[in-house]
Amino acid sequence: MADKNLIGHSTGVFSIDVEKGRLRFFAKAIGETDPVYIDEAAAQAAGHKSLPVPPTFLKCLESEGRDVVQLLDLVGFDLGRVLHAEQSFVYHHMAYAGDVLTFDGRICDLYEKKGGALQFVVMEARVTNQDGEHIADIRSSLVQR
Amino acid sequence: MTIEFSAVQVGEEIPLLTLCPINRTTLALYCGASGDHNPIHVDIDFARRARMPDVFAHGMLSAAYLGRLLTAWVPQDKVRSLSVRFTGITQLGHLPTCTGKVIEKFCEAGEQRVRLALSCTNQYGEEKLAGEAIVALA
Repeated sequence: MADKNLIGHSTGVFSIDVEKGRLRFFAKAIGETDPVYIDEAAAQAAGHKSLPVPPTFLKCLESEGRDVVQLLDLVGFDLGRVLHAEQSFVYHHMAYAGDVLTFDGRICDLYEKKGGALQFVVMEARVTNQDGEHIADIRSSLVQR
Repeated sequence: MTIEFSAVQVGEEIPLLTLCPINRTTLALYCGASGDHNPIHVDIDFARRARMPDVFAHGMLSAAYLGRLLTAWVPQDKVRSLSVRFTGITQLGHLPTCTGKVIEKFCEAGEQRVRLALSCTNQYGEEKLAGEAIVALA
């Protein structure tokens, strides 16, 4: 059983650049064909300042800035036994290519089910941009089987 | 075409999104593009050591497909929230289909919003993701 004292533990603050090329690569990987996510001129014609960060890409940026294995070590989880249980996003403002996003994360829950056979860790991060605008809150729940 | 709050009814399905079958290239591309380098999705040796029969899809890949379902329906700046539960593993050869259904119409924070129930299933009708989204409509 992971240490309950870790509830509330900060998982750190980091900032990351949103790169246009990465957004295009992501669009390709998920089969996105909407030009708003690929072609900057189309994005601007639709009223965006640049290519938008698509709804789930914030989670990708978050995992980029954190060493997941280190985080799993902290809660005593083994990468080969971990599955993603839940993921949620609450959006406040759009994020775009060229933004610098700051992720401020913490562990918000640790619990077990089925008599300890399944262990869960829940993490949250508050995302802001370079102007201090609140972009989103993201919440991830991982399970060790 | 703008979707209007008054024209949307509870119980109505939004246009579905059918994807291509998941193959190893899909997973390699998603590994690189997402930054999720967990070898269990791309390295069969690692997967077998973890007692899985083969590599399997990232849950967040299907979540991204649900994101596409939403942004194909409304502009992204209307999406207020998205939450998903990973209820099954998407295996190689699975053909995901994403669907969304309006389950509630309400007013919140001074705007008209709808709640959608979302689902991603494979070609056998097995659910892999269940989720919810809140979208603002004019």
